[in-house]
Amino acid sequence: MSDPLFEFLLRQGDNTLILGHRISEWCGIAPAVEEDIALANTALDLIGQTQMWLGLAAEVEGAGRSADDLAFHRDVWDFRNLLLVEQPNGDFGHTIMRQFLFDAFQVPHLTALHNASDDRIAGIAAKSLKEAQYHLERSRETVIALGDGTEESNRRMQAALDRLWPYAGEMFLRDGVDDAMHESGIAADPASLRATWDDTVQTTLGEAMLTIPDSDFAQQGGKSGKRHSEHLGHLLATMQFLPRSYPDARW
Amino acid sequence: MTTEMPLWEVFIRGQHGMSHRHVGSLHAADAETALLNARDVYTRRNEGVSIWVVPAAQITASSPSEKGPYFEPANDKVYRHPTFFDIPDEVGPM
Repeated sequence: MSDPLFEFLLRQGDNTLILGHRISEWCGIAPAVEEDIALANTALDLIGQTQMWLGLAAEVEGAGRSADDLAFHRDVWDFRNLLLVEQPNGDFGHTIMRQFLFDAFQVPHLTALHNASDDRIAGIAAKSLKEAQYHLERSRETVIALGDGTEESNRRMQAALDRLWPYAGEMFLRDGVDDAMHESGIAADPASLRATWDDTVQTTLGEAMLTIPDSDFAQQGGKSGKRHSEHLGHLLATMQFLPRSYPDARW
Repeated sequence: MTTEMPLWEVFIRGQHGMSHRHVGSLHAADAETALLNARDVYTRRNEGVSIWVVPAAQITASSPSEKGPYFEPANDKVYRHPTFFDIPDEVGPM
């Protein structure tokens, strides 16, 4: 295994990069102009966070690669994002549910990282946390509005929750990288974030009149990079097309 | 969408502004969502420090056809303008 700090930073940057790209796919086609702008804002926040995480990853790696190199010149098996964030957008409710499940994790995760023994990581976490808190407020309110809305919106939100639930558990799985980060005082044990996440998710989904699936089964293989879903390659093909086809392009 | 969500008017107080100013309008299902939408639609470039949203239906507006009787009588009464006073610098913006 390569340097655990590098792996850890890739996980952070790949989560925000892949989710940011997914949300950007709504630009221009969201159900209302207000939601369109809000989603584009969230996408831009996440891409901004990616620049910081992957920038630091490149620095830590010390192999002369840049954040852009890491984003645009790696292939599926090199990515370390959660399976949750690479799942297709589906309908608007599905996108918002995916966002909510991630935001509810990201807030306590960044809150813990905010006290990291590494100042560079603590700094990125502090800046990202303010954005994540707003994302959570927005996704939470929208989940409640749609879940406790009409019969159709409730049905769609329940379908989204049922579909995405097996991808939530991976956020709390621990491996060698997490152990190394925990021991060096950088990150919390992911399993320790579960109680806060459960609390947010149960309260919100309760208010949204949605039923949490009765299953702990967790799909895994995203953050380790061992087994991404078939969707990631298609996303990368779109996202990486330009810099791969025109390697000298500047924008 | 067959039914449009309610319209809200958005007022923002800028960084150095003394009062909230009308900046535009948007659609939202409820007041909380209107506030979130206003944040995303109207403060992306660091425009504000405070937001108000008001249901557009709650605003009573003067009618354009009454423009004459409403506003023209003030035109020739220059003595009502406070331009005949010297305002000390210490007072600041009025």
